[in-house]
Amino acid sequence: MSTDTPDASADDTPSRAELAARVDELEDALAEATSEDDAKKMSIIATKGTLDMAYPPLILASTAAAFGYDVTVFHTFWGLDILHEERSKNLKLSSVGNPNMPVPNAVAALPGMDRVTTKMMEKKIEDNDTASIEELLETSLDMGVKFQACQMTIDLMDYDEDDFYDGVTTGVGAATALQDMADADIQLLV
Amino acid sequence: MSAEFDITETLDVKGASCPMPVVKTKSATDDLAEGEVLEVLATDPGSMSDIDGWASGTDGVELVDQEEGDDVYKHYVRKTE
Repeated sequence: MSTDTPDASADDTPSRAELAARVDELEDALAEATSEDDAKKMSIIATKGTLDMAYPPLILASTAAAFGYDVTVFHTFWGLDILHEERSKNLKLSSVGNPNMPVPNAVAALPGMDRVTTKMMEKKIEDNDTASIEELLETSLDMGVKFQACQMTIDLMDYDEDDFYDGVTTGVGAATALQDMADADIQLLV
Repeated sequence: MSAEFDITETLDVKGASCPMPVVKTKSATDDLAEGEVLEVLATDPGSMSDIDGWASGTDGVELVDQEEGDDVYKHYVRKTE
């Protein structure tokens, strides 16, 4: 260790100045990579529009915003109804296809049963002081959560851009969502 | 324990359930200055774990105390920056 090895004086060994320049370069690159977004990011894709499935993306979005995350929720297919000013107030709970419902599927499939189970759920939500979908959405918007409505499904469902809450971004597609997920620390499909 | 710190503001979220206690606590701490302490009064039993988790995962706040009283859960959050 105390003696110089022959390699140390070889021609291809970088000089101190070259090494210092390289260190500066790497430090700059590191600073650039870390300074731009030190906030954590969460990206959620919301595809469902039933009353029960509208809650998880909004609860997680508002909570992540409280943690200081940059949050984007990309809504597609029936997930669009959560952002639809009118439809978001009338989301339904399906009475069929859920064996935990207190009624058998054969009964649940009768006309009007979805309305009954939805009313039951709405009453529970009210009695329990659980926030409404509208309240969660507006709270999330206030906290800076970005809500995006998939353009392809807006057209497919025949919705109008003006149907959505103020602050909702339209004119975005899968590439926007993918880019967002690639940058995010947490990605969820609901 | 009130000898250890002075309460600057009190936030009443009694009755509210997840995620509102955390969301409203976050908004209330935004209005505090460094070193000030927010008292949060909640009835949601989940707030004990949730506000603890939120405070440890969030920069600029610190949970200084939690108390489980009769039907009311009290949380004390200090703004640290």
